[in-house]
Amino acid sequence: MSDARDVLLGRVRAALTDRPQPAAAVLLPTPPAPADPVALFAERAGEYRAAVHRVGLTGVAALAAEICAAHGARRLAVPQDLPQAWRPHGVETTADATVSALDRVDGVLTGCAAAIAETGTIVLDGGPGQGIRALTLVPDLHICVVPAELVCASVSEAFQRVEPSVRRRRAPLTLISGPSATSDIELSRVEGVHGPRRLEIVIAGQLS
Amino acid sequence: MSSARRGGATFPQAAHVELRNTQLRRNLGHATRTIRAKRAAVVDELDNWQQLREAGAAIKRDVMANLDTYLVEFERAATDAGATVHWAPDADAANDLVAGIVAGHGEHEVVKVKSLTTDEIGLNDALAARGVDALETDFAELILQLDGDWSSHILVPAIHRNRSEIRDLLRRTIGPADLSDDPAALAEAARIHLRERFLRARIGISGANFAIAETGTLVVLESEGNGRMCTTLPEVLISVVGIEKLLPRFEHLAVFMQLLPRSSTGERMNPYTSLWTGVTPGDGPGEMHVVLLDNGRSDVLRDPDGREALHCIRCSACLNVCPVYERTGGHAYGSIYPGPIGAILTPQLEGIGAAASLPYASSLCGACYEVCPVKIDIPRVLVHLRGLTPKRGAERRAMRTLAWLFADAGRYRRAQRLARVLPARVAGAGPMRAWTAGRDLPAVAPQSFREWWHERRP
Repeated sequence: MSDARDVLLGRVRAALTDRPQPAAAVLLPTPPAPADPVALFAERAGEYRAAVHRVGLTGVAALAAEICAAHGARRLAVPQDLPQAWRPHGVETTADATVSALDRVDGVLTGCAAAIAETGTIVLDGGPGQGIRALTLVPDLHICVVPAELVCASVSEAFQRVEPSVRRRRAPLTLISGPSATSDIELSRVEGVHGPRRLEIVIAGQLS
Repeated sequence: MSSARRGGATFPQAAHVELRNTQLRRNLGHATRTIRAKRAAVVDELDNWQQLREAGAAIKRDVMANLDTYLVEFERAATDAGATVHWAPDADAANDLVAGIVAGHGEHEVVKVKSLTTDEIGLNDALAARGVDALETDFAELILQLDGDWSSHILVPAIHRNRSEIRDLLRRTIGPADLSDDPAALAEAARIHLRERFLRARIGISGANFAIAETGTLVVLESEGNGRMCTTLPEVLISVVGIEKLLPRFEHLAVFMQLLPRSSTGERMNPYTSLWTGVTPGDGPGEMHVVLLDNGRSDVLRDPDGREALHCIRCSACLNVCPVYERTGGHAYGSIYPGPIGAILTPQLEGIGAAASLPYASSLCGACYEVCPVKIDIPRVLVHLRGLTPKRGAERRAMRTLAWLFADAGRYRRAQRLARVLPARVAGAGPMRAWTAGRDLPAVAPQSFREWWHERRP
């Protein structure tokens, strides 16, 4: 194995005998600054055919219960540390579900680490209120609570926000933009292949 | 398939066959028109698109100039994070490594994320030869696998198939006999077929779109969720990564996450992107392997005029705008990397002699350069590679004669006068026919500019 390493690195070094000069410094473009990132996030997430709701800080549990009722979801998987204030009444919740148990629940309710207005994307880093990756993957319905203060204007701003969790605890990241989809048939986008086919986004914050 | 080249045909020979397939041309025309429009719309909405392209190109230039340093840095970071890093100088070495890991776990089945790199090295066939069934889980790759067909597009491998062709195939193989040709119904058939395989698979195999040197992070972009399934549910994950996929720093990823989805699927962002950094206890695979693959890439790196082909992030925007690709489709290129990028990548990865017709599979119109998110000057590299292809004796002698004529003003003037009186067909006769058959010889003007000027000079 170390032989292969020496061979490969040796070839690369031999190929670079001219030591091309790279750009002195890479200038990273300035991201756009939308006037109302939360509104833009709601609009763009909606364009992926995710359902987007806005609610005041105290209304999350009630809205989550309504969404469950609309989907006929009676059993939800949740991360163990999901805030009590978000747990819908009248819906059975289970934490610590195994993968095969996740295949049998009606949906999952989580928080997120950040959201991106520019692209309508949710970012998960396994931090508080998010649980492990399988949790938001196996169930067919994902209800994701996005606290308004976590909405970043741009892709680069969101990456800056989650960079510390990658550096400090090597957090796995998942970026989600709408429900699972494929464009493999004549390039027409079809929602729902292997990941959750329904994505309900609940933006929680001061309603103006 | 142990090499990316399929069949021994040259590009013109294969193109002639493909061009007779009217269904293929209809499917391709429809698909490339759709995706071109989508891409243009999402690219136009970014005011800083050109800056992003510049940044993408600059980052990739830096990667190539310091590739040895970044490879070692990635190895250290990924190892510290609990992954095992392997080095594969060629396809056979990579296939042996992967097969060895699978055999070490006594497994006979693996689930795979769509990966051009594993297609390039022929991993599925290598595993099959050792009794391991590699199941493709991307919808298009599954379609091709079920039909024994092969990819014709980097991003949409079954772009040459329309919905009724796919319905017929799925009816014959995995789907119910009354399956409709509604794309949603077709996708549902794939979901049902693969669900149980995902949940029971113990080993997943992936490629990577990016590998971040400073953190040891791997990145996979996808749409369907099959990538998330394969990279999080199995106990063991093996990722085969071309050495050119590195990015120096974590912050650089934000640039490529803006360039790649908009250029490839024409979306602001693809549905799912997964990043993982070694092993996360209690979340995802407990055993992680990364196979760093050369397989000709260091040969490409050696050529200062051709190495920018390694900057490619496999978005496929150049395929979708190429007037040649749009008509011939991907199979004519005889490589897992078709289209304009394939025309410069394949001859360099495999040696110019193995794919000498590909640098000519272009009209040099430059559309590919315009759309390339990392500004690879594909037409320039095509011309460079044309210069390296083996030439016939007559062509070589003719070019040498021309060079001699053009090198001296007196000789050039006399040649111009001679060309005026010589019938055009003389130049296109004999051994030069191969060169002139496809090209019109422009008429020589009755008077050169210099002669005209000379007459008018007081």
